[in-house]
Amino acid sequence: MEAEKVIQTVDLSKHFGDFIACNAISFEVFKGEIFGFLGANGAGKTTAMKMLCGLSAPSSGKATIAGFDIYKQTEAIKKRIGYMSQKFSLYEDLSVLENIEFFGGIYGLSQQEIKQRGQQLIDQLGLADVAKNMVGSLPLGWKQKLAFSVASLHDPEIIFLDEPTGGVDPVTRRQFWDLIYAASVRGITVFVTTHYMDEAEYCHRVSIMVDGEIKALDTPENLKKQFQVDSMEDVFFELARGAQRLGD
Amino acid sequence: MRTLIFLLKKEFKQIFRNKALLPIIFIAPIMQLIILPLAADFEIKNINISFVDHDRSSFSQQLYQKIVGSGYFKAISYGSSYQDAMQHIEKEESDIILEIPEGFERQLIRENKQDLFVAINAINGVKAGLGGSYLNQIIANYNQDIRAEWGLIKGNPQQAGLQVSSYFWFNPHMNYQVFMVPAILVLLVTMISTYMCALNIVKEKEIGTIEQINVTPIKKYQFILGKLIPFWLIGIFIFTIGLFGIGYLIYGIVPLGNLLTLYAYLSLYLIAMLGLGLLISTVSNTQQQAMSVAFFFIMIFMLMSGLFTSIDSMPNWAKAIAYCSPVTYFIDVIRMLVLKGSTFNDIKVHFAITAGFAVLLNVWALYKYKKTS
Repeated sequence: MEAEKVIQTVDLSKHFGDFIACNAISFEVFKGEIFGFLGANGAGKTTAMKMLCGLSAPSSGKATIAGFDIYKQTEAIKKRIGYMSQKFSLYEDLSVLENIEFFGGIYGLSQQEIKQRGQQLIDQLGLADVAKNMVGSLPLGWKQKLAFSVASLHDPEIIFLDEPTGGVDPVTRRQFWDLIYAASVRGITVFVTTHYMDEAEYCHRVSIMVDGEIKALDTPENLKKQFQVDSMEDVFFELARGAQRLGD
Repeated sequence: MRTLIFLLKKEFKQIFRNKALLPIIFIAPIMQLIILPLAADFEIKNINISFVDHDRSSFSQQLYQKIVGSGYFKAISYGSSYQDAMQHIEKEESDIILEIPEGFERQLIRENKQDLFVAINAINGVKAGLGGSYLNQIIANYNQDIRAEWGLIKGNPQQAGLQVSSYFWFNPHMNYQVFMVPAILVLLVTMISTYMCALNIVKEKEIGTIEQINVTPIKKYQFILGKLIPFWLIGIFIFTIGLFGIGYLIYGIVPLGNLLTLYAYLSLYLIAMLGLGLLISTVSNTQQQAMSVAFFFIMIFMLMSGLFTSIDSMPNWAKAIAYCSPVTYFIDVIRMLVLKGSTFNDIKVHFAITAGFAVLLNVWALYKYKKTS
């Protein structure tokens, strides 16, 4: 596969004092790929993701996102990525339409684009009836789908999703993954962390982090073969069992 | 520019949707301006006084009438036992005891001098101090009156005495409301702008939306302007309502100075205080923290700003603190502009110092605010 590399990291590390949250992680992610980023609580997933998004400055190592350097070109990177954090982070006191307008606006979409893409998004998610309602009044599953759609409103090259389906029911989770697949088909790279091992099976490739290091990285099939187990859950157990750090 | 408009639109929508915040912005200041100046009156009336009259003469009666008639004192008891009067003080019923000794009238006529004894309950220092000096004035006055009477009776020319008459410039009737209303307005504008700015940003930190903002290509200055401009406008709005709506309509205060100068100073001052709010928000992670830090500063600013007490009578170390507070300068400026009609030339230094605060606080906040941690 000679695909374009959209994320490339070499020995990327983050230290908080003596604590090494991320220890020299190196990996590559290709265009249009759904990349699962697994690990126990406290393994360093969120820290790694924040470095890639430009929210957190790395202590050492190198990385490029969409061809831009994460030390010097964070603003260029920010135009080309979407991010959905663990916490729901649309404005609950703005309506669905107002959130779309606001985030579209600050990414520099024209009034025309905001209207058009906003309408498309609302139709796609079936939110037409509640478009003028405050986001805070929507059920969690709807909010998460909306947050994902807003994060991809400006057609980013990469979307970072930090545990996007935590606390969401199985049906909505399935719908959420439909959205992820649709984005991937459009050529958007999806970088996703999750604790659900069935979701790990949906990913093209997964990496598993233990104690700040990447211990395994391959397709779900290959990983299962390598560890001679039947499911990703067992692969995860095999690796995470040796973890020294306590989860949070 | 376009990004800023989107930010402002969002901010105003959120402010006007916040049902808890709106009354604080618009109703609380009006109520406070109506109530506080009435209570924060330094003139003291109703000082409770106990008379201990051992003389029971017509002279002592005259003195009693004169004191009660002054309007500042209320006679709580009139007796001949110091012990009884002291009990009134102990029960907090009485503030001052005036003891008139036996033979007061006789001594005064014969020896032309007499000692009176005044005991003051100094738990409430202001009341005690003022009460004591009022009482002294009344007694001195009384003294003069009887001397004048004697002069007439005995046909002696009146002793030449030094008469001091005072005129109170800029507030001829010593009306404390005129003095207090503009200063309280300063305080309200200060509190609302600092608190609201700090809390608003920290709230975004708490709910996590700031992280979402930080992964967008928004520039630091755009985000900060998007936060400052709404509260800057609200500050100016509240000030205007307070000055004209309350100050003029209710207290009849007409600013004597140039309004343009006043508003120019206000605009600058608000930038400084919003900078403080911003700075507080960068060092706080929760609204409680921001509230506590802001409270600490506002409390010191408020008590040391010359609003309630004169800075000139503070010890040097306290003066130093007072002059480090932007509030001090605005209270000075507003009293000068509103009461005295000072011109820009008179407050040049205030302008320069406030501009210094504005630059210092905002640059510091800008430096501390980071999109990347």
